[in-house]
Amino acid sequence: MPTLINRILNRLSEHLDGPLLVIAGLLLLIGTSTVYSATYTTLSRVPSQILNITTAFAVMWLVARTPPTTLMRFAVPLYVVGLALLVLVFLFGVKVNGARRWLSIGFTRIQPSEIMKIAMPLMLAWYFHKHEAALRLKHYVVAALILAVPFGLIAKQPDLGTAILVGAAGFFVIFFAGLSWKVLVGLLVAGASALPFLWNVLHDYQRKRVLTLLDPSSDPLGAGYHIIQSTIAIGSGGALGKGWLNGTQTHLEFIPERHTDFIFAVFSEEWGLVGNIVLLVLYFLLIGRCLVIATNAPTLFSRLLAAAVTGSFFTCVFVNMGMVSGILPVVGVPLPFMSYGGTALVTFALGLGILMSIQTHRMLVKK
Amino acid sequence: MKPHKYTESPVLHLKLDAWRSRAIVVLLMAAMVSLVGRSFYLQVINNDFLQEKGESRYRRDIEVSASRGRITDRNGEVLAISTPMKSIWAIPSDVKLAPDQSRALAQLLDLEQRELNRKLATDRNFVFLQRQIPPDAADRIAALKLPGIHQEKEYRRYYPSGEMTAHIVGFTGVDAKGLEGVELAFQNQLEGKNGSRSVIKDRRGQIVEDVGSIKPPQDGRDIQLALDGKIQYLAFSTLKQTVTDNAAKAGSVVVLDAKSGEVLALANWPTYNPNNRERLSGAQLRNRAVTDTFEPGSTMKPFTAALALEKGKFRFDSLINTAPGKLTIGTATISDAHPHGVLTLAQVIQKSSNVGTAKVAGTFAPKEMWEMFDSVGFGKPPRLGFPGEVGGRLRPYAHWRPIEQATMSYGHGIAVSLVQMARAYSVFATDGELLPLSLTKLPPGPVTGTRIFSPQTVQEVRTMLEMATQPGGTAPKAQVPGYRVAGKTGTAYKIENGVYARKYVASFIGLAPASDPRLVVAVMIDEPSNGRHFGGDVAGPAFSRIMAGALRTLGVPHDAPLNSNLQVAQVVAEPEGM
Repeated sequence: MPTLINRILNRLSEHLDGPLLVIAGLLLLIGTSTVYSATYTTLSRVPSQILNITTAFAVMWLVARTPPTTLMRFAVPLYVVGLALLVLVFLFGVKVNGARRWLSIGFTRIQPSEIMKIAMPLMLAWYFHKHEAALRLKHYVVAALILAVPFGLIAKQPDLGTAILVGAAGFFVIFFAGLSWKVLVGLLVAGASALPFLWNVLHDYQRKRVLTLLDPSSDPLGAGYHIIQSTIAIGSGGALGKGWLNGTQTHLEFIPERHTDFIFAVFSEEWGLVGNIVLLVLYFLLIGRCLVIATNAPTLFSRLLAAAVTGSFFTCVFVNMGMVSGILPVVGVPLPFMSYGGTALVTFALGLGILMSIQTHRMLVKK
Repeated sequence: MKPHKYTESPVLHLKLDAWRSRAIVVLLMAAMVSLVGRSFYLQVINNDFLQEKGESRYRRDIEVSASRGRITDRNGEVLAISTPMKSIWAIPSDVKLAPDQSRALAQLLDLEQRELNRKLATDRNFVFLQRQIPPDAADRIAALKLPGIHQEKEYRRYYPSGEMTAHIVGFTGVDAKGLEGVELAFQNQLEGKNGSRSVIKDRRGQIVEDVGSIKPPQDGRDIQLALDGKIQYLAFSTLKQTVTDNAAKAGSVVVLDAKSGEVLALANWPTYNPNNRERLSGAQLRNRAVTDTFEPGSTMKPFTAALALEKGKFRFDSLINTAPGKLTIGTATISDAHPHGVLTLAQVIQKSSNVGTAKVAGTFAPKEMWEMFDSVGFGKPPRLGFPGEVGGRLRPYAHWRPIEQATMSYGHGIAVSLVQMARAYSVFATDGELLPLSLTKLPPGPVTGTRIFSPQTVQEVRTMLEMATQPGGTAPKAQVPGYRVAGKTGTAYKIENGVYARKYVASFIGLAPASDPRLVVAVMIDEPSNGRHFGGDVAGPAFSRIMAGALRTLGVPHDAPLNSNLQVAQVVAEPEGM
């Protein structure tokens, strides 16, 4: 009997990665307790967050069991569908709060840019994998186009946060695919010289966010409000924090979006510098483990895909924390495994599943 | 290369470029370090500053309003009291109401729903929905827990005695500052000092926690007036009745305590209800007894007689020829209503002879007459503390012409307020001292005044005034059963546009009991137009009723048999002014 149960358990967990599971589990624990602290006075979001976690776990488990070769087959269709939906959004999207991000499909609305977060690295990884034998400059140009079109469509919506994540995922694929460092430096220089042009392309509210980053007090009730409130919350936490459920800025509702994008401010006020360091160490371990998986990946496709997912996690963590602590402009990016929200959680779980799949399916080669 | 777990497969040797991985690790490290650095900067270096800023966001010192002092009469009856009320205000942008909530709120606020919606449809951040609603309605609004609807404690001033004491007590504005009467005159004492408490508020300004009191509010001091509620009621109702009966325009009554100078009653008609001041005319608001002047007429004559006695120029029974009832000074002629022939000084007062008084006054130097007027308080405000107190008109004696001196001796060409007149009569009620007036209750004990006339003079003038209320005098209707009354009538033409019109001010000022006066009562009726206009006919009966009631209220012992003086002889018509 015990052996049977053990075998079933082994069978169920055979494609899961222990270190990733433990780290993500710890982050989810911290995240859920922070969501509780941020919302229990009004309407606790913990039950629905647990539901989200369950769904995300199922998605991860399924994807982890799927071999990378099968995943590869989804690359082109997913990308094409995602791109088509983005075009539809561009043409017929529903405008909410001045941003055209959603497609109405009768009973609900969907946000196609979310699909691109996964479809983009899949597509690019597949593309480089296909042309692995003889990579030329033109392949990089095509890859850049594959990246640029959806990026442009998403940035145009405007949804800078998602655009940055999609762009980062794509960039990491191209980077690890062996993009010449000369081209890289060239791109950096070109990018820097294009900044003034980019400035003109930015929406007013985006420009405002950049300006308020430089001087939040210039518009304390408007664009600077988020930054001022969150830096005050973080700063008043001090070295040791005010303790769980004791963050005054949080509970008096001075922090906006406190259970979603700005959850780091809540955590930081209650746990202080010590808590921040623990959190950063956990993320460091998470990303480190991802990198190890990417490094050990057997095929170019899986290697690039793993690197892209790693890069996405990294970008997400850094952009979110940077924004909340006031060193980056305000961009709507959730903090992985901490922020409340089903869609984001499922997307991150999908990434974990992909990494686990890559890590655990290397054995097949051996067998 | 170190051996790998899965080194069997050559494919597995393919790895990511080492420098690219390293570049990513370096980037990762850099990001982590910058985040920790930022964290350190905010949480350790800037901790105090940001903590303080955070606190300033939720910690508020709110004002705790102090209660305004009460105003009571001399017996402790409340004339003005502050009751706690709530004002309901809103931050319109925060307000989100379901239709049934909106209906409930409108009902509790006693507003039309349309009116409520109109108030909320504003760009402003702050709007009062309703001020000063009862606490129980406010509690029920609070129980609805509506977003953006807030309340504030306020005090509402309530005046239990209403219009009866309106002019004395006055009223406060909506910001609880005194605007009229005692409320204004004693603003500093009545007003409390607001305290403050420290509270924690959330972003929407809702108080989450009460941290504690920083400074307790200091309630205002109570003011106890000299006013006697019963006498005030008597004075007010009698005045109201008299004005109505005589179809007069207005009227005033002042009752003074002859021993202390305390104002026991002060009433005017028309008046207003201080609890409901929505429609107020200036006529209703005027505290006529204090702010309006009039030419007093014959009530001035006793002062002329007193000066004559005081200066030793006349005695009580000095004879004065008033025949033929006319006297020409310069180009002007003054006259008596009825010629009287030769009269004693006492009779001049009793029968109110203009000619006799003018002849007496003719013996004075202008300066001595002016000094007498000035010493009894004419020409300068009585300094009760009321807003708008007037001093009347007393021209400098250097410019007096003889005819003016003559008319002033019987109360024309000089203007006073009723309060001034009542106060001046207090010299006849004491043994010749002018008392300072007091609106507030004084501690028991003698009040020292300023000596104006000798006791001998006062005694004689008081006798003359008593004669005026007796058969053969001008005001037998001013008699009070059981008491000896001394007083003087006044019937004066009113000046309109600089000339005397056929409109009258009828007045009576008197004191009782004449043996040891306790009260001075002054009654003035403006423009009686119901046939009678003589002071003795119009103001005399009102005086009698008020004096009788007030003496009874105070329990003053009788100084005359109860059935005496009731035989009223033919009323001697009082001479009219110019």
